[in-house]
Amino acid sequence: MTTQQEITSVNLIKPNISHPVDVESYGIISPAEIMRIAWEGVARNKVRSLLTMLGVIIGVGAVIIMIAISAGTEATISEQIEGLGSNLVFIQAGFGRGGPGGNNNDPTLIYDDVELVAGVNGVVGTAVEQQTTQTIKSDSTTLTDVPLVGTTPDFPSVRDVDISQGRFFNETELERKSKLAILSHGIAQELFGDENPIGQSITVGTTKLTVIGVAAERGIVGNTDFDSLVYAPITLVFDRFLPAQFARFAGDRVRIIYAEIEEEADMENVITQIQLRLAGTKDVAVEELPFTIQTQNDIIETEGATTEAFRNLLAWVAGVSLLVGGIGIMNIMLVSVTERTREIGIRQSVGATPNDIRLQFLTEAILLSLVGGLIGIAVGVIGGILFGQTSDMRTVIVPESIFLAFGSAAAVGIFFGFFPANKAAQLDPIEALRYE
Amino acid sequence: MKAIIRTENLRKTYGMGEIQVHALDGVNIEIQQGEFVAVMGPSGSGKSTLMNIIGCLDRPTAGKYFLAGQDVSDLDKVQLARIRNQQIGFIFQSFNLLSRTSALRNVMLPLIYQRPGSLSIEEREAKALAALEAVGLGDRADHDPNELSGGQRQRVAIARALVNDPILIMADEPTGNLDTRTGQEIMTVLQNLHGRGRTIVMVTHEPNIAEITERTITLVDGKVHQERILSALEAV
Repeated sequence: MTTQQEITSVNLIKPNISHPVDVESYGIISPAEIMRIAWEGVARNKVRSLLTMLGVIIGVGAVIIMIAISAGTEATISEQIEGLGSNLVFIQAGFGRGGPGGNNNDPTLIYDDVELVAGVNGVVGTAVEQQTTQTIKSDSTTLTDVPLVGTTPDFPSVRDVDISQGRFFNETELERKSKLAILSHGIAQELFGDENPIGQSITVGTTKLTVIGVAAERGIVGNTDFDSLVYAPITLVFDRFLPAQFARFAGDRVRIIYAEIEEEADMENVITQIQLRLAGTKDVAVEELPFTIQTQNDIIETEGATTEAFRNLLAWVAGVSLLVGGIGIMNIMLVSVTERTREIGIRQSVGATPNDIRLQFLTEAILLSLVGGLIGIAVGVIGGILFGQTSDMRTVIVPESIFLAFGSAAAVGIFFGFFPANKAAQLDPIEALRYE
Repeated sequence: MKAIIRTENLRKTYGMGEIQVHALDGVNIEIQQGEFVAVMGPSGSGKSTLMNIIGCLDRPTAGKYFLAGQDVSDLDKVQLARIRNQQIGFIFQSFNLLSRTSALRNVMLPLIYQRPGSLSIEEREAKALAALEAVGLGDRADHDPNELSGGQRQRVAIARALVNDPILIMADEPTGNLDTRTGQEIMTVLQNLHGRGRTIVMVTHEPNIAEITERTITLVDGKVHQERILSALEAV
């Protein structure tokens, strides 16, 4: 019989039974084998493995994108700090008791108050701002709802607006209520395209103005889109666009007064002086003054706090999705252990120790989460870049976030893989072999 | 001859408190190196329990079990795994091969669980291939179990049982899932191994299969009921 011939042709050494087995020979099986066994386990159910990884992919991707967004926001804020100069004080009407606009009986911030503010020791420059929304026409284009900013000649220096073409209006033109306009970059583009806007006429509401300057591109700073404004002398704005019935008695209302403070000046002291003077002229106590006086830093801090809240929220979302991903892995690993009870029994019968089995399933869980983590990193980096390009938000991919995300994925694998692996390791070989 | 298996008053009791089942009730057996022994008995007689203890898958409640002179009755799970890995080869009724894993990888399995430093991957593969060739399946090394016939699968299982060069081969109803002709083929393979000096203990409920062995131990109610020893005369 052929089988017999084959058997006898192989030299099977007679077993040596003189040496008992060293039952204390602990140690782990070769790492390459463990990796191979784990990989076989993952590769056996490709679709399931991919779905299991999805949680980790989303979690890791979310961590990276979240950090990219907050890093982008922080970069924007720090540029604003540099761009605006920190020695600016904003005095705004309203925002006292009774919310924006305040009570009708509250004193208002008027144009003449700027003189008071300018007189305070330490104030080196002032600008006033009052806004109205107007329809603006050139020969070919009509723009509706454009914010028209009435202001004073120092506005460009106080608010760091560069004039890229032409010039801003001067004191004489302010006094004469000259019909002049300075367009922001974006408005100039929309009205005149590639044409030179200087010297052109535009119609604001029903009044014709001559364009004498264009502001350089600036972008969005705080809540203001500096590229969609039109500037004009505030006296003209009061006269033509915001006629107030009682202006002669009560003065023209302004939205905001900017005061630029000397570098070395004591900011607190200057603010107190301004408050005292305003309180004096309005005939109210300093505590009852219905004006908000903020420094540049106050505004940046407010915005920073918002960013931090936003970042915390995103961190929670990312954390929760990693947690859900980990639970997904644990779930599938538990199913897998049950499904492969027989396999575990076979391995145990040929000499796999509980540690060998534990290591196999733990490695499988870690492998799932690490492969998921790698895919998640790709998703996060690509997603972060795309998000930055397609939305208003700026994103900066932080290299550390990649390590953080990968580390969390590994931790998730170890943490959520341990319980199923332990369950597998504790199976009884006889029960496991009998499992159908 | 040295005793491969020696049990002293082996007992296994299941259940706690009032109701106790004595699966093994004082079993004394001795099996010498090179013997081919069949274990028979009706279901519930304790033959599976005996197999599990002899195969170092389980421990006795009381009594002693010496495997090749080494007392293994009180070893823990890890130590028993070491014994199974190095001294025992299993052949099961339902083959128990890993699915979607090549015959070669299946045969290599016991070698994988040897501690490191023993064999390189190349050595393991060579050894597994030699074992497959020994059962006449050298040309099927790359096939998965589902691409093999029942007889071939059982031969892969036999190769796996041989690859670690065990001192004892445990066969649990090795022909139970096979037709008569294939079953006889497998018995021939086992007889040949026996002829090469292997010690084989086989559980079976088929008397004609048991007859092929030289000795039959019959268990009833957890006790050795009867021993048939093939005399030299009968063997001829």
